[in-house]
Amino acid sequence: MTTRDSTPELVGRGNREGAALFRAWFAELDETARNGGQSAYVFVMGSINEILKTFDLPVVFPEINSLQTAVRRVAHEYLEVAEDYGYSPDICGYVKADVGTQLRGGEHPMGRIPKPTLSVLTNACNTYIKWAEIWERMYGMHNFTIDIPGTRQAGGQTWSGDSDFEADRKYVEVQLGELITLCEEVTGKKFDIDKFREVLTYANTMSRSWKRILDLNRAKPSLFNALTDGTIFLGVANGFRGTEAGARYFERLVEEMEYKAANGIGQSIEEQYRLVFLGVPCYPIFRRFNELFTDWGGSFVNSTYLWFASGGTNRGFEYDLAHPLASLAEGVLVSVRDAMDAMFHQNEALAHMTEDFDVDGIVYHSIKSCRTVSTGLADSRRHMTEDLGIPSLFIESDMMDRRVVSEAQMKNRVDAFFEGLASRRRQALAGTEG
Amino acid sequence: MTTTVTRTFDEWRDKTLAEALFECREMVESPEFETVRRWREAGGKVAGHFQVYFPEEIVHAAGMLPFKVRGAPVEANRADSNFGSYLCSILKTSLELVLTDRVELDLFVSHPICDAARNLSAIWGRNFDYPCQILYLPQNPNSAGSLEYLRHEYDRMRRVVEEVSGHEITDEDLRNSITVFNENRRLLRELYDIKKDTPWLIAAEDAYALVSLAGMIPREEHNELLATLLPMIRENTTKREDRIRVVFEGGFCEQPPFDLVRMLGRTCYLVDDDFHIGMRWITEDVPLDGDPLENLAVSYVEHSSYSSVQHDLRKPKEKMLMRRIRRAGADAAILASAKMCEPGLEEQVAYTHALDTEGVAYFVSEFEESMTSFDQLELQVETFLENLLFA
Repeated sequence: MTTRDSTPELVGRGNREGAALFRAWFAELDETARNGGQSAYVFVMGSINEILKTFDLPVVFPEINSLQTAVRRVAHEYLEVAEDYGYSPDICGYVKADVGTQLRGGEHPMGRIPKPTLSVLTNACNTYIKWAEIWERMYGMHNFTIDIPGTRQAGGQTWSGDSDFEADRKYVEVQLGELITLCEEVTGKKFDIDKFREVLTYANTMSRSWKRILDLNRAKPSLFNALTDGTIFLGVANGFRGTEAGARYFERLVEEMEYKAANGIGQSIEEQYRLVFLGVPCYPIFRRFNELFTDWGGSFVNSTYLWFASGGTNRGFEYDLAHPLASLAEGVLVSVRDAMDAMFHQNEALAHMTEDFDVDGIVYHSIKSCRTVSTGLADSRRHMTEDLGIPSLFIESDMMDRRVVSEAQMKNRVDAFFEGLASRRRQALAGTEG
Repeated sequence: MTTTVTRTFDEWRDKTLAEALFECREMVESPEFETVRRWREAGGKVAGHFQVYFPEEIVHAAGMLPFKVRGAPVEANRADSNFGSYLCSILKTSLELVLTDRVELDLFVSHPICDAARNLSAIWGRNFDYPCQILYLPQNPNSAGSLEYLRHEYDRMRRVVEEVSGHEITDEDLRNSITVFNENRRLLRELYDIKKDTPWLIAAEDAYALVSLAGMIPREEHNELLATLLPMIRENTTKREDRIRVVFEGGFCEQPPFDLVRMLGRTCYLVDDDFHIGMRWITEDVPLDGDPLENLAVSYVEHSSYSSVQHDLRKPKEKMLMRRIRRAGADAAILASAKMCEPGLEEQVAYTHALDTEGVAYFVSEFEESMTSFDQLELQVETFLENLLFA
């Protein structure tokens, strides 16, 4: 990855340990698949890992599995299997790669993926709902939707104490109670409130740490690349949420980032331009995609991806252990709503982000596979440009399907964007000198 | 308050059935939505609500016109730059209507029916000063908490509408509106009974136009229209033909071009469909006794149709489709999806596998509201139907 490795052991540790945890996680899934054990399929926006880990259920993130097929350059094989089964080229590639995985009996580059015993999903992405219905048809297993109301109108969020907020919170809490009952039925275990509190404690450590890590990247030069390093962090944030291993990892990551900040250690590139990324990365050419920017000295200091793909953990919400279930309901509501805001109502927060992180430009990456993230990007860009005059780049490709990834075309656009940034900087300099 | 009864569509009045249906088709095919303009010119306010279902009674009770935002056959010249590629057409043409002032609104509400539609209220909100909201209809209606939640969400919407309209909405107002809409639902059920039992009495495109009008004129006026024309349709003397009976599935959001419906009507009997299914979402009368908002919520969850964009463990869509096919006594299904419509395209797979298992013939297609050429599609549909007819 991009982090310099020639400095003390501490630097780059997060990436190394993240990769190791990732391998361990998939090894557990492989073991589960081979033993025929139970597993829960979940999603990155509202995984409800806090409850599932209380029941010791291994969690499978099909989004992450699909992403891995793209990074490992075999996604097209999986997409073809799903398209042969009937799924259109125009639907989400994550869904199709997973359908391909299921139709191949769980065979996956990272190990064998177990069949689902239970799926838990939120409405943060409607495709989650359609996706889980596919498993329901394939396996006849339990499918539980946690319906989480989001922001109704830009800037119109309500908070604890408001009657509208309380109505939402109560709805979420009722559903969480129903999920616990279902987990008891599925696993044959009684819900253990003490264990639940322990899981929430670990989740609190992770949320607190994740917010701190994101804040630390305001440093100049920035400490990590939100696109590349950030994807590793996100993997751990999801797969290990509410676990001791996850909590330790994030505490150590804070330690690493604080050390780097204190010592002025940035990334391996000479940071020339600080960028914010909107959307989902282009995984079929992940490394090269990032290089299109780093070759110009552009580094991604923050992204909406780190915001929504962590299920809103970026808010740093901490559960009240005295009222664990009510607090989990509030935390899920606030965090997942925040994740949705990252996709629908991002402009105000983005304006703050560009100021706080001293950003030179915004990169909007709209993808064919994900309408949740991509539908409003062009409009959002128009308004950011008109309202704030921040330079921006709008490019389109996909996170899975290499058939719609045109690297040469993207490079042209990216090069022109940086030439514009350079020219703008020269003009500003000339204006200052003049 | 007492609802305003402003007439917005008089062209059909005092005409023969054929002439009246012609006027209905003309109004539905026009991308100018004259009825909405006439309503505004009479001083009325308009609440635009995106597909699929919206509790229009709440808007109606405030004396506003509920307008179903369903796209239009127009070029999205201005709206194109507000969207990226890979998106369905209805999003773009819906925004185009308001950006070009063809339609003026005082409130816009979208729903999280799909990943693209949910973005609409935010996009709208960045471009217009009036309230642009998301109404969260429950995606876990199987939860014991869903009814209370939905009732509260409807109450929130009532408060929003009161603010926009400047009128308090009493429970009595809501009951009056529910009465009007119950009558409308009854008349629409009657229309669909005619389609099912005697499809030769009304052309597919005429039935479509009659339903579609409900989303653009005051509902009292729509009741009057249906109450006048339905008896005339029943008295129609058109002869029955030997045609395949077909269910059309896939018109829940973006609407197929009028000419596509016309083409289907030429080649088969369209005995049931999901065109504008939100208009017929509630399948029974909404009770008038008790709390009206709770009654509306119960009806949404318990007495309702289905679509690809609602998740309910009690409604596996392929089983619901099979029920629709059987109830209509259909011989085959046309499974259509709007281009780039994820829920529609995803559901097609489940539908085809289920229909294969059940041995029901089907034809799979995609459409776009801006399609203009149907020759090839007509040939394919005719071939499909002839294979069934002469099998």
